[in-house]
Amino acid sequence: MRYGVKTAEGGLAYTIEESVQRAREIDGNVWVVKAQIHSGGRGKAGGIKVCRTHDEVRAAAEELLGKILVTRQTGSVGKVCTRVYVEAGTHIAREMYLCFLIDRSSERIVMIGSGQGGMEIEELAHTNPHAIKKIFIEPAVGLQDFQAREMAFALGVEAAQLPHAVKTIRGCYRALRDLDANMVEINPLVITGSGELIALDAKMSFDENALFRRHEVAELRDKTQADPREMAASDHGLSYIGLNGDIGCMINGAGLAMATMDMIKLAGGEPANFLDVGGGASAERTEKAFRLVLADKGVKAMLVNIFAGINRCDWIAQGVVQAVRNIDMKIPLVVRLSGTNVEEGQRIIAESGLPIITAGTLAEAAEKVVHARNGAVAEECKGI
Amino acid sequence: MAILIDESTRIIVQGFTGKIGTFHAQDMINYGSNIVGGVTPGKGEQQHLGRPVFNTVKEAVQQVGANASIVFVPPAFAADSIMEAADAGIKYCVAITDGIPTQDMMTVKNFLRRFPIEERMVLTGPNCAGTISPGRSMLGIMPGHIYMQGDVGVVGRSGTLGYEAADQMRMLGIGISTSVGIGGDPIIGSSHRDILERFEEDPETKVVVMIGEIGGPQEVEAGIFSRDHMSKPLVAYIAGLTAPEGRRMGHAGAIISAAGESAAEKVAILKELGVTISPTPSAIGETVAKVLARM
Repeated sequence: MRYGVKTAEGGLAYTIEESVQRAREIDGNVWVVKAQIHSGGRGKAGGIKVCRTHDEVRAAAEELLGKILVTRQTGSVGKVCTRVYVEAGTHIAREMYLCFLIDRSSERIVMIGSGQGGMEIEELAHTNPHAIKKIFIEPAVGLQDFQAREMAFALGVEAAQLPHAVKTIRGCYRALRDLDANMVEINPLVITGSGELIALDAKMSFDENALFRRHEVAELRDKTQADPREMAASDHGLSYIGLNGDIGCMINGAGLAMATMDMIKLAGGEPANFLDVGGGASAERTEKAFRLVLADKGVKAMLVNIFAGINRCDWIAQGVVQAVRNIDMKIPLVVRLSGTNVEEGQRIIAESGLPIITAGTLAEAAEKVVHARNGAVAEECKGI
Repeated sequence: MAILIDESTRIIVQGFTGKIGTFHAQDMINYGSNIVGGVTPGKGEQQHLGRPVFNTVKEAVQQVGANASIVFVPPAFAADSIMEAADAGIKYCVAITDGIPTQDMMTVKNFLRRFPIEERMVLTGPNCAGTISPGRSMLGIMPGHIYMQGDVGVVGRSGTLGYEAADQMRMLGIGISTSVGIGGDPIIGSSHRDILERFEEDPETKVVVMIGEIGGPQEVEAGIFSRDHMSKPLVAYIAGLTAPEGRRMGHAGAIISAAGESAAEKVAILKELGVTISPTPSAIGETVAKVLARM
C-alpha cells in the first residue's frame, strides 16, 4: 500500500507452517502461493500456485520451499526459493500493464501502459504495437495529473475508477524517483470483480550507483539469491560475474574485460568469469582477485590481461607472483602486461622463476591460454 | 586542429586537492597540459602544485580565464560540480567520476539543455578516461605516452580498450588527432554520434574509429549518422560477444536489455550501414591501416 499502490492482502512465509498460517489469516477461499526469487518468468517455471484449500497451500509451500527454480532469466543453474508470499486470490475482471523506466535515448523517465496486460510486453510490442501507450515525463516538472489521466484512459479505466488509477500511476512514478529505481513494472495491474484496482505482481530494478543513499533498498537484497562469488567480489570492490566456461580471467577495465573474453571465445575457449580488477590495483587486491577466480573449481587455466594507465605493471606483477606463491596455484597461468612500467613488470615475472606463460599482445594471450587449457584438459583425461 | 582540446585550452581541476585529483593533475602537467588552477570549496586562496585554488568555478573563470574543466569529485557530489562548471561558462568538461546515480545525470542533462546551444557546455563522461589530443593537451587519466600524434580520430566508451586500440595503432605507425572517452554509464554527456559530428568537421582527422559495446542504442545511431552525413570512413569494434543477457558487465550501461543491443546484432546493423568492422579487438590497428591504405 506504500506509494498508494494497492496490492492483494498477503504476507511472507519462510516455512510450510507459516505459509498455512498466512492463508488462515486471509479471508476467502482462494489463495496464491508465490516463490520469492530475484528473477522474472516465475509463472511459466511453476513458481506460482493457485490453491483452493489450506491443504493445497501446504502442498504448494512444501513443493516450492528449498526448491531450485529455473526460469528463462535465471540461467541453467536456477535460483533457490527460500521464502514464499501467500496472498488472497483475486477475481480478475481485466488485466492491464503499467511500467515506468529510464529511457536512455530521450534521457527521460517514460511511462508505458497497455490495456492488454498479463502477457509479455515484448511480445505485445511485436504483435500489436498500437496497443501500447508511451508518455515521456519532463524532468524539470515531473509527472503531471493530465498525463496520469491520459494513461488511465488508455488503459481503459472507467470514470468511477479514475481517481484511484491516477493515484496508482502517480505512486509508481514516486517510487521510481524516491527509491532511485531504473524500472517499476506492474504486470498485471488488475481490475477486480468488485471494481477495485490492484497491483497483482510487480518487479523493480534499482540503480546500483545510488545504493549509497537508499539504505532501505540495499537491505532488500536477499543475499541467498546472489552468486556467492559475486557477493565476495563486491565486498572487495571488484566487479565479478560468474559464467559457464573454464578459463578464469582477471582484467582491468570493463571494456577491455569484455574484449578479452571475446578474444578467448574467438580462439576457441569459454571464459569462466568476467572480472574487472579496476584502477589502482595493489598486490593485495590482485591476490584477492586470484583467490576469487580460483575459488571456481571448474577453472582449468587462467589469463591476466592488464593495460596499465592508473595501474602500474610492476605492482600487478608483484601481486601475481605473490598470489601464485601463496595460493600454490596448480593450473596454467598466462600473463599479458602492457602500458605504464611494463618493462619492470615483465622483469619481475621473468625473475620469479615461476612457470608463468607470458604474452605480448591480446591475440597471443588468448591463443596461449586456450592452448594451455586444452593441454590441461588432455592431461586430466590421461589421468582418468 | 584536433577536436575539443589543444595547446590553448585553459584547464581547471575540480576536486583539485584530493588524492586522485592531485595525482592526475600532476600527470597532466607533466604531459604539458595547460592546467591554470583548480577548485576545492573552502580551500580558496591556497596554492596547490604551483597553481591557484579557487572556492568556485566562477572565480576560476574570472581570474585565470579557465575554459575547460576535469571533474574528480566523488559520485554523490559530482553532478553538482558538473552543473557548477556549466553555470560558470566553462566550454568543455570531462567527468572522470565513476558511480554517479543515473537520475542525477538526468538532472545534469536537463540543466545543460536550458542553455542556448551556442552557450551550452560540452560534457564527456562520466565514468570515462578523458580526452587527449596527442602532443598538445591531455584532459584525462590515460597513459599519455602510448598515443602518437596523427590523423585518426578515436571515440570509445571504455578507457583500457581505448588504450589497447591506441597502442595497436602506434605499433603500426598510425597517429591520433584526438581520442575521446565518452564513458560507460547509461546517461552520458556526449554520444558517439556527437563526437563523430566533430571529427567530420575537423580538417585534420581523416578516419574515425568507434569503440562500442553492448547495451543502448548509441552505436547504431552513430552508424546511421555516418551513412547519412559523413564523408570520412568509420571503423568500429563492438565489445561483448560473450556477454549474457540481462547482466551488467562492469559498466552500468553495458547491459543487454532490448532487441538490437547485443554485440552480434550491433555488428550486423553497422555492417549494413557501411561501417568497416574490426572483427576482433586485436585487429583494430590493422583494420584502420587497411582503410588508410585505400585512401
